[in-house]
Parts: sequence; structure tokens; C-alpha cells
Amino acid sequence: MKVDLSWIDYLIMLIYFLFVLGIGWFLRKFMKNANAFLEAGRAMPAWVAGLAFISTNLGALEVMGMTGSGMKYGMLTTHFYWIGAIPAMIFLALFMMPFYYGSKARSVPEFLKLRYDEKTRGLNAILFAVMTILASGISMYALAILMENVLGWDFNVSLWISALIVLGYTYLGGLSSAIYNEVLQFFIIVLGLLPLAVLSLKDIGGWAGLKSHLAPIAFSHGYAADTFTTTWKYTGSAAANPMGVEWYGIFFGLGFVLAFGYWCTNFLIVQRAFAAESKTAARKVPLIGALPKMFIPFLIIVPGVIALALFNDPSKGFTLPLDASGQPIYDYTIIMLLKQYLPAGVLGLGITALLASFMSGMAGNVSAFNTVWTYDIYQSYIRPATGDEEADGKHYLRVGRIATIFGILLSIASAYIASKFGNIMDFLQTIFSMINAPLFAVIFLGMFWKRTTGHAAFTGLLLGFIAALLHHGLTVPAGATTLVKGGWIAVLHTYPVEMAQNFWTAIIAFTVSTVITIGLSFATRKLKSDEELKGLVYSLTPREIDDKSLPWYERPAGLAILVSVVAIVLTVIFW
Amino acid sequence: MVDIRLPIGLMFSIVGLIISVFGFFTRSDSGMYAKSLGINVNLYMGILMLVFGLFLLYMARRKKKK
Repeated sequence: MKVDLSWIDYLIMLIYFLFVLGIGWFLRKFMKNANAFLEAGRAMPAWVAGLAFISTNLGALEVMGMTGSGMKYGMLTTHFYWIGAIPAMIFLALFMMPFYYGSKARSVPEFLKLRYDEKTRGLNAILFAVMTILASGISMYALAILMENVLGWDFNVSLWISALIVLGYTYLGGLSSAIYNEVLQFFIIVLGLLPLAVLSLKDIGGWAGLKSHLAPIAFSHGYAADTFTTTWKYTGSAAANPMGVEWYGIFFGLGFVLAFGYWCTNFLIVQRAFAAESKTAARKVPLIGALPKMFIPFLIIVPGVIALALFNDPSKGFTLPLDASGQPIYDYTIIMLLKQYLPAGVLGLGITALLASFMSGMAGNVSAFNTVWTYDIYQSYIRPATGDEEADGKHYLRVGRIATIFGILLSIASAYIASKFGNIMDFLQTIFSMINAPLFAVIFLGMFWKRTTGHAAFTGLLLGFIAALLHHGLTVPAGATTLVKGGWIAVLHTYPVEMAQNFWTAIIAFTVSTVITIGLSFATRKLKSDEELKGLVYSLTPREIDDKSLPWYERPAGLAILVSVVAIVLTVIFW
Repeated sequence: MVDIRLPIGLMFSIVGLIISVFGFFTRSDSGMYAKSLGINVNLYMGILMLVFGLFLLYMARRKKKK
């Protein structure tokens, strides 16, 4: 399954590396204080931050995982985009961003400090810092192992080179450099994967050809003929679709709890909007990101669905490596498709697209980590600001830069741990991914109900997280062979597929957190006055009206309507 | 700070030029393009990227003039 690259492929990669480092080098002279380095000086135009917003999310695990899921679940995978991202992004833009941006908080943990109290911030900051390092270590490991197995690159060499390039440009230019490069990486990913999407669809005979290829495969699994090429049609019962989830599980689990938890509270993502030049720009950021986001399935999911047809048609000569139990390893789908269709030249571009996706995800993790470390841990607990703004700005700039180096070194360490103890890392990542749903409950209640208290929020956050752990410890997906998948306390319930278990873990965490936070808010005293909560809570903040002099496409509400209409049209077409 | 369209435009112009020239010189290599269904995908993608890169450079320049 080896792919041979030629000189031109390496030349394209080299040019790309020079440009990403060059952008960092060029921006280094603007990094005069911590504000410039960690917050990009809050000076980004909406379209730049918007493309960075979506590019950070388009990391290596996303690209590899979504193509793999396309092959596994068919077009149902688009639920992660059209229902599992767009509504949450619109909500973030219209309803949450005014409070995030207006509060002047420099991070999500800092927002919790302003709205609630120190302990809630501390808990969130520490959990977030650990999760970020784990996530970047795991994606680094996944990429390096793919490059070793397919391109024959040495695992250590590709790990260190890719990490050092990310270190180079984030150390030099901070968040600005991460964001600028994410825009560049966005275009590389789109243009690098475009020929693959076009050629694979042409090869299979267009959409009609794909449908006729997949019908017998669907029958052999006991599904209706068009199961793999439709989205909502067979979600009436869990047994009728390969995801094993009913429509309400998708709607509430993925579309509401998981999506809102991820898009509205994950600092890695919302940091890009915090960097925007004005409040209106910050509100447009998620919406500008949503426009390309809706079409990314055609670049990464549809080729995965085509791979399912190719894999079952021996005449196409498409193969995937198999695991010990004889199942294809889905993570290899994207790179094996690149190998199948792209000749030297565009092949180098496609591999560069994978490297770019890895770097955009990793730089996102690193720039979020160094901000949370510097402001929410170091400045809060180790060395508070002295009041001398000039000196503090320089001091925290230095701390931010050192945190960047440590963040990368810790990610590399966790990549090595993942290579030795993959199960432990998977387990930790599953556990830490459970912090988002309770966090959304707490932030949402804080923004829209002024009665919510700090004690209640802290307890809700903690118990929501513990409830998620208990649910994971007490249930398993069918056929699980390791305790990593769940059931490490006892097995009370078995889910048909892992995805169903994930959805329900999130739903339970969210529900527990909401109920506890509301209950305890009534039982505890409100410690912040209405005056202190102004700008942080909906009912205490003067309503703002969009500037009517702007054309509709410059206003958040106008963009939100456009995004909704396109998402609905896509949903109906692929129903 | 700096107009981001400048570096991106420059990079795509360079990469687009290299790939399209490479595609032009390999146009008779039908073995190489058997993979891509007989389409000279280097030539087309190269031209597409070159046009995209030049467009960004033009946009950045136009703004600077204003």
C-alpha cells in the first residue's frame, strides 16, 4: 500500500513549509506584548477570523475521521455538518457572541470567572488545558503513523518536523500567525482535495452511478437500497441505518448537546472569534465560517462514501489495510483515495493538504493552550498582574512564548504515550471530551438566567462531568472488547453502536448539569450584583440593534438567514 | 498588520505555475494520467490555482491603492 512521491511532490510541500514559516517570521515584529501575541490584538477582519474558525476545526483527525465515517455510515455522516454544526454556529453568532465579546474576557475560563467565580474558572481552565494537550498529541500520533505506513516516512522524523514547524510559526507570530496560516491552510485543504472529489465521483459514474453501486451493498447489510446515499430517510428506527441511532438521538444528542457543547464553548474554536476587530465582526465570524463548512462534506465525506463502493468492486483495485479482526482501517481511506486517483504533482498537493489540516488543528490547540495557561493559570494563581501595564505586557508575552514551547513538547510527549499505550490515550480523550456538554449547560444558564450562582455552576459542572463518567462506566457499545469503550464499573446497558453511547453520554451529562445548576441556584445566595452582571447576562444587557445602514450580507442577522436557507436546501436535497 | 491575501496569493501563484508547467510537459505521458482517468489533472489544477493566486494578488493590490 506504499505510495511513492516524486521530486515535484516534495517541492510543493517545501514551498508550503516556507510560506507558513515565512508568515510567522513576518509577523514576529508585531508581537510587542501579551495582548498582541495571545489575542491577536483583537484586530482580525471578520472573513479572516471566519475562515480560521473553520480551518481550526478541519484538523487531521476531522479529515481522516470524516472520510472514514463516510465509508462506514454513508451520507448519514453529513449529520455532523448540517445538523451537528450549523444550528450551533448560528446560535453562537447571534446569541452568545455579544456576551463573550462584550465581556472583554480573553478566554472561556475567564468568562466563567467574570460571570461566576474563581473556582469555576479554575476547574474549567485545568480540564481544558489537559484536554487540549491530549487532543494535539493524539492527532500528531495519528498523522505520523499514517505517514510512516503509507509514505514510508520515519515516525520520529515526521512527528518532530511537523511539530517544530507549528512551533516555529506560533512561537514567532502567536495567535495572529496561527490565524493567518489557518486561512492559507483552509485554501490548501480545499484545493488539494478538490481533484480527488471530482475524479472519484466521475470514476464511479456520478451520483447516479454511486447510488447503483451502493444498492447491493446496502441490501447485503439488510438496509434499504438508498440507505448510504440518504441522510434522514431511514432514521425512523435505529436498526434501519448504519449509525444505529434514531432521528431524535441525532437531533438532541448530536444536533443539540454535542454540537452546542463543541461550537459554543470550546475555547479552541471561539478564540478565533474573540480575535475579531469589533463586536459585529465577532458575531459574523461563525457565520462566515458556516458558509464553507456546509460544503466541506462534498470534499471529505462524499469521497468516503465512494470509497465504500470502490472497496466492494474488485475491478477498481482499491484496497485498505485491514486490522487484526479483518475489518478495514477506516482512517486510511483518505490517503488511499489520494493514491488511487492522483498522479505526481497534484498528489503532492493532496499530501500537503493533509499536512495543512494537521497543522491548523495543532496550532489551534497550541494557541488556545498558551492563552489559558498564561491568563487563567499563571496570571491567576502564580504571578498576578502588577498594575504596570507595559511591564506586565512584556512579562506575559514571555510567559506565553514559553508556554507555546511547553505546549508543543507536552503534545509530543503525549503522542509518544499514544504510540505505546494507545488505549489509555483513547480512554483519556473520551473522558475529557465529556467536559463540553456540562460546560455548555453552565454557560448557557449563566448568559440567559441572572439568578444562576457561582456555587451552583461549579457543582453543576463537576457533577455533570461525573455523571458522564458514570454513564460511560456503566454502559458499553455492542461488541466492545476493551474497557476503554465503557463498562469499567459494571455493564447495565448495551448500545448497538459506539456513536449511540456517545450521544447518550452527552445528553445525560447535559441534563444532570442543567438540573443541578438550576436547583442549587435557588438554594444558594446570588453573590454578584445586577450591576456586576451587566454585559454578561441577557436580561441585564441593553439590547443592541444591527446597524441598519449596512447591506444585509454585512449584518449578522442577514448572514444567519442565508446560512439557514442553504443548510435547509442541502438537507432537503439529500434527505 | 499585513494583508493576508498577499502571501496566500503569492504561494498559489507559484505552486499553480509549477504544477501547470509540470502538467504541460507531462501531457503525453498517458501512463502517468491513467490514474486520473486520462485527465491531465496537473494542467487544470495548476491553471486554477494560478488564476486564484493572481486574483488574490490583484485584490490585495487594489486595496493598497485605495
